[in-house]
Amino acid sequence: MEAYHSVVLDEEKCKGCTHCIRRCPTEAIRVKGGKARIDEERCIDCGECIRTCPNHAKYAQADPLEAIQRFRYRVALPAPAFYAQFKFTIPLGKVLNGLLRLGFHEVFEVARGAEILSAEIARFLEKRNLVLPVISSACPAVVRLVEVKFPSLLDNLLPLDSPLGVAAKIARLRALERGYRPEEVGVFFITPCPAKVTEVRQSGEGLGRIDGAISMASIYTRLMNELHLVEDRPELQIAGFRGIGWARSGGEQESLGEGEYMAVDGIHNVISVFEKIEMGELRGVVYCEAQACIGGCVGGVLAVQNPFIAKVNVNHLLKKYSVFRPWKEEEMEAWRKAGVFVRERAYEAKEVLKLDQNFQRAMEKYQQIEKLLELLPGLDCGACGSPTCRALAEDVVQGKAEEVDCPFLLRDNMLELAREIYALASRVPQTMAGKRREDIGGQDSRSRGTP
Amino acid sequence: MTDEKPLIEIERTITGGDFQSAGDVSSELKRILQQIGFPAAFSRRVVIAAYEAEMNVVIHAFRGVFRAWIFPQRIHIEVDDEGPGIPDLELAFQEGYSTAPPHIREMGFGAGYGLSNMKKCSDRLEIDTRVGEGTKVIMDFFLNPDS
Repeated sequence: MEAYHSVVLDEEKCKGCTHCIRRCPTEAIRVKGGKARIDEERCIDCGECIRTCPNHAKYAQADPLEAIQRFRYRVALPAPAFYAQFKFTIPLGKVLNGLLRLGFHEVFEVARGAEILSAEIARFLEKRNLVLPVISSACPAVVRLVEVKFPSLLDNLLPLDSPLGVAAKIARLRALERGYRPEEVGVFFITPCPAKVTEVRQSGEGLGRIDGAISMASIYTRLMNELHLVEDRPELQIAGFRGIGWARSGGEQESLGEGEYMAVDGIHNVISVFEKIEMGELRGVVYCEAQACIGGCVGGVLAVQNPFIAKVNVNHLLKKYSVFRPWKEEEMEAWRKAGVFVRERAYEAKEVLKLDQNFQRAMEKYQQIEKLLELLPGLDCGACGSPTCRALAEDVVQGKAEEVDCPFLLRDNMLELAREIYALASRVPQTMAGKRREDIGGQDSRSRGTP
Repeated sequence: MTDEKPLIEIERTITGGDFQSAGDVSSELKRILQQIGFPAAFSRRVVIAAYEAEMNVVIHAFRGVFRAWIFPQRIHIEVDDEGPGIPDLELAFQEGYSTAPPHIREMGFGAGYGLSNMKKCSDRLEIDTRVGEGTKVIMDFFLNPDS
């Protein structure tokens, strides 16, 4: 299936430095021929490389705002984190009205989707015989991390759609109820991160289709120029604190109320927690909220505002919008029936870490890697283009790199070569052996083969 | 052990009381199993049991040696420690029974599920313990436990 990724490389800007390869949580990047190369199978679109690149050579491929023009009826789905980009004194009714001014006909808040979803999550957690802890499926980079690196935790993943998926489906249902034909309705997410762009690209063709993802940063710039022209329309803003809180880490568990929940943010932190879960160490935790970005979605690489300042904004918004507007139970039933909470794409193990499809071959390769590791310096310097010495050893065994890509091994080899050259140079041709012997005082040159 | 040759052997030392490195050996074992391509569910039970055995050394013993032999159809683990030994093995198998001192339990370790978890996750468990000398844990995991 899909090999789509929204994290891409700007070859011209890439200097071939090794910052990104060492930061990548799935070791998906190598430097080859002086440029970073992303392994599509391993990449989880977390955006760590975008964040760490000093030359801004990595970027997230999102859609331009103009893409919405293809549709007759356009719905904007702003991420909760989008609200946190604005100073909290700006009313959200104004921000949402601003989106209408930019060309959308309707706004459906993903924060509202999150509120509705949290009720469904709470219901799911009441089930018996759950594999605990249930791991949140809201962050697509985390979902992909599980698929790539933690296949044994696939059954822990919450089998419900993300707040974005829920919001998109309800928004589309409403547009269809208004009488628009499916092809006339364009649903667009305003995204904080590349992982969500990928989620949008993989959203399928039915009710859950999301037609595009527009970067929060690009919309922010457009909106800031227009905001003074639009009025506050408070009726556009429905979501309360339970949904808006999802903008940052911890919001998800708060929306679930009291319970044995935990929240972890930052992809490397998520990895260490997942390792603990795999070893059976997280006894008693029922739900694990996990986000790839530090701070949660406000820390996404397509955010404009500093994530810590954005969190201050969120805290103010939670107070300002401390309401909860319930929906009707009939509505909930209708959403369930329509499949609003169903995930269209099933979770699947990617198994990219396997050394070989054949078990025996994989064992042999592992042994070769161990042998090779003994020769490598163990400095994990990255100069070979692989993130660690072990990664280089794996690459060599997989035929993707050569031993001498390691500058230390290369030097060793050169030293060895130099010795051989010296040894050979010290020898003289047989025909000249006699002559030479006189030159050097009667010694047999052949016996001086090695220095 | 049978005549079949293990394809991979690892031997690592574990230091009692070293909570910072605790879990490293099990992590390494997990990586190996994943790279070789053992099924995820199988790897998971091996790793949970290995982790419990590793933690037992960290929590209770002075030092220990962790050895694993990886065969195509089977994994054999032996963890040998110099430590206090287990005075009452039957009691130690009860869930929630722990001899870990309070300060260690406060850290969230030693909850008393170690042995019962090892038993649950392994296909064969043997414990040889001598009070005042040490404990040896031997575990086997079969890819197809029925055959």
